[in-house]
Amino acid sequence: MKSSVIIFPGSNCDRDMDVALKKFGFKNQMVWHNDLEIPKSDLIVLPGGFSYGDYLRCGSIAAKSKIIKSIIEFANSGGLLLGICNGFQILTETGLLPGILQQNKHQKFICKNVYVKVNSKENKYFKNIKKKILELHIAHNEGNYFCSEEELKSLNNNNQIAVTYCNEDGKESEEFNPNGTLSNIAGIFNKKKNILGMMPHPERMIDKSLSSSDGNFFFENLIENLK
Amino acid sequence: MKIKAIVTLKEGVLDPQGKAIQQTLNGMNFSEVNQIRQGKYFDIEVNIEDEKKAKAKVEEMCKKLLANLVIEDYKIL
Repeated sequence: MKSSVIIFPGSNCDRDMDVALKKFGFKNQMVWHNDLEIPKSDLIVLPGGFSYGDYLRCGSIAAKSKIIKSIIEFANSGGLLLGICNGFQILTETGLLPGILQQNKHQKFICKNVYVKVNSKENKYFKNIKKKILELHIAHNEGNYFCSEEELKSLNNNNQIAVTYCNEDGKESEEFNPNGTLSNIAGIFNKKKNILGMMPHPERMIDKSLSSSDGNFFFENLIENLK
Repeated sequence: MKIKAIVTLKEGVLDPQGKAIQQTLNGMNFSEVNQIRQGKYFDIEVNIEDEKKAKAKVEEMCKKLLANLVIEDYKIL
């Protein structure tokens, strides 16, 4: 399976993602944002970081970079496109995913481990995943997902809410909402479920000696589903 | 020609920075401040002579990049 990780000026989780993808068998390539074409890929990843220093709005400048046109074409033809953290912000700014990620409710940069619940398995990202509640890491200042009421209804009706913040047992409530996000949303799909944007970082959780290893469930499963 | 554009958060959208500024002003004895909404101001110099045409161009910029219409409104001055 082939993957491409796009690097923007200010991306800083690109190499972590590269390590994670390779660990689970992807042949990964790094692609610079000024390139016009993407090498043949089964998966494209927009990594975390602070593309363009978060100028204007997080992800807004990256969403207009040269490579984006090819990424939109890839996604529109059904290719798997994953955006983590700043990658999620870029996806909302391109309009590939609805809504926007606003500043955290308590105006603090949050860096901690959280639990998220996988809500929908009818997609290539989570189909057959062995664990439904994952311990992952978040590190962001703008992770407070917001969209209109109609959009939220549509997300619910189409099973587009991919992962939600919860506790260890899967209980979702305001208490386990780290950043004020709507309906505890940590990640969403597009309607066709080939595009996934999420704030938590599975690529930081692939080694027990570093943190936790629940990210393994995500990547192991993803490459299996793509085979 | 210079065109000015202001981008503000829509009514009802949470503005934590505005809230913090308001609370700080209240703490500095500006007790008359009830609410602050923080926005962005753009001074845009364009090489278009016709004001109407320049404003139309800036409006396009607001829609495509300067504002995110999910949560923001823009005003061209």
